[in-house]
Amino acid sequence: MRQVIIIGSGPAGYTAAIYAARANLQPLLIASSVEFGGELMKTTEVENYPGFPEGVMGPDLMLAMQKQAERFGTEIVYDDVVSLDLAGETKTVRLGNGDVHEALTVIYATGSAYRKLGLDDEERLSGYGISWCATCDGAFFRQKTIAVVGGGDSAMEEATFLTRFADKVYVIHRKDSLRASAAMQDRAFTDPKIEFLWNKEVAHIYGDNLVTGVGLLDTVDGTESTLDLSGLFIAIGADPRTHLVHGQLDFTEHGTIAVDGRSSRTNLAGVFAAGDVIDPTYRQAVTAAGSGTVAALDAEHYLAGLPKHVLSKALTVPAEPVAASV
Amino acid sequence: MSSAKDVTDDTFAAEVLNSSDTIMVDFWAEWCGPCKAVSPILDAIAAEHSEKIRIVKLNVDDNPQMAMKYQITSIPAMKVFRGGEVVKTVIGAKPKPALEADLAEFLA
Repeated sequence: MRQVIIIGSGPAGYTAAIYAARANLQPLLIASSVEFGGELMKTTEVENYPGFPEGVMGPDLMLAMQKQAERFGTEIVYDDVVSLDLAGETKTVRLGNGDVHEALTVIYATGSAYRKLGLDDEERLSGYGISWCATCDGAFFRQKTIAVVGGGDSAMEEATFLTRFADKVYVIHRKDSLRASAAMQDRAFTDPKIEFLWNKEVAHIYGDNLVTGVGLLDTVDGTESTLDLSGLFIAIGADPRTHLVHGQLDFTEHGTIAVDGRSSRTNLAGVFAAGDVIDPTYRQAVTAAGSGTVAALDAEHYLAGLPKHVLSKALTVPAEPVAASV
Repeated sequence: MSSAKDVTDDTFAAEVLNSSDTIMVDFWAEWCGPCKAVSPILDAIAAEHSEKIRIVKLNVDDNPQMAMKYQITSIPAMKVFRGGEVVKTVIGAKPKPALEADLAEFLA
């Protein structure tokens, strides 16, 4: 049995791992099989992470965090958690490959998942003109007319990035002002390839095999219009990724995991949550990293308070999972 | 490094379209993070089912003709070819069990 298992490999998970490993808790970190490194793996330049005056590439930042966590003894598994049993003194974590791991504490830091528009044809045309990742798919829209839906920082970043390839980038936003930061707004406003469509909502997506356009609804006067497009990039925010802990942990009205005050303590003893899954407001790489720190310190404090006979079960790290697939 | 063989615009017909095997083409690029994430999973599937399916890679930057012909707008895009025809398309990096489920008819 382990002292601590960390689930998630974004800034919250890796920072928790750095702290837990330096405290000699020998953490196991479940990083996910294809989404390891989290959302920053899909970004380019990160300009607001302190310590990098020239900016840093998102994937480079995450690789550095991973190496820093490993340097102090974090063991990383590139697989996905399929189920969790968090209620008892021993927490059980089951992975997609069939392995089962046990620990006295779990730090849950799985981040958030992109929000969808919720339209009929969205799923069908995903990958056929609809995208959630400008850095992955932008290059396929050279000299094309495309649109970004959303009004936050990520929407502005995507729109600005996509002007490298596209001839024209519309930004479709359902309000008449943006919630993006001033720096991102200025960059988008001054870009000659970007045109804003205010107070518009995407009501339909058209296309048989590839996206050919969208139907827009004016949120003020209710009029409808159509716009011919080759690509639609959706950047309307994200929701906390909490499906693994539904029915086990308490939630807030925002859908985030409820924690005690400024701590990372959930309603279950020995279970801590960090990063986007507890943050309905800020959701920055830096705040997630800070939140991971809090969780590791809380876990360390909790372990220190456990009776010796309980803690002793986890003092020797097993080389293998307690159960493995055959 | 992936163990999958690279195909190009020039070799596509010989390696993929005219092959009598079931062949999955992984359309990828150097700058695509999810492509790198899914690559070892594809290698593992290919190794475990080498008698059923062959997996090859096509770099979309170096081979724009095939990327355009197959209307690639999102990568990683994995297309299964039989007898010169696309019989299955899977888009996006997915965990191994999910990919195996998508490809079940070709792996059984």
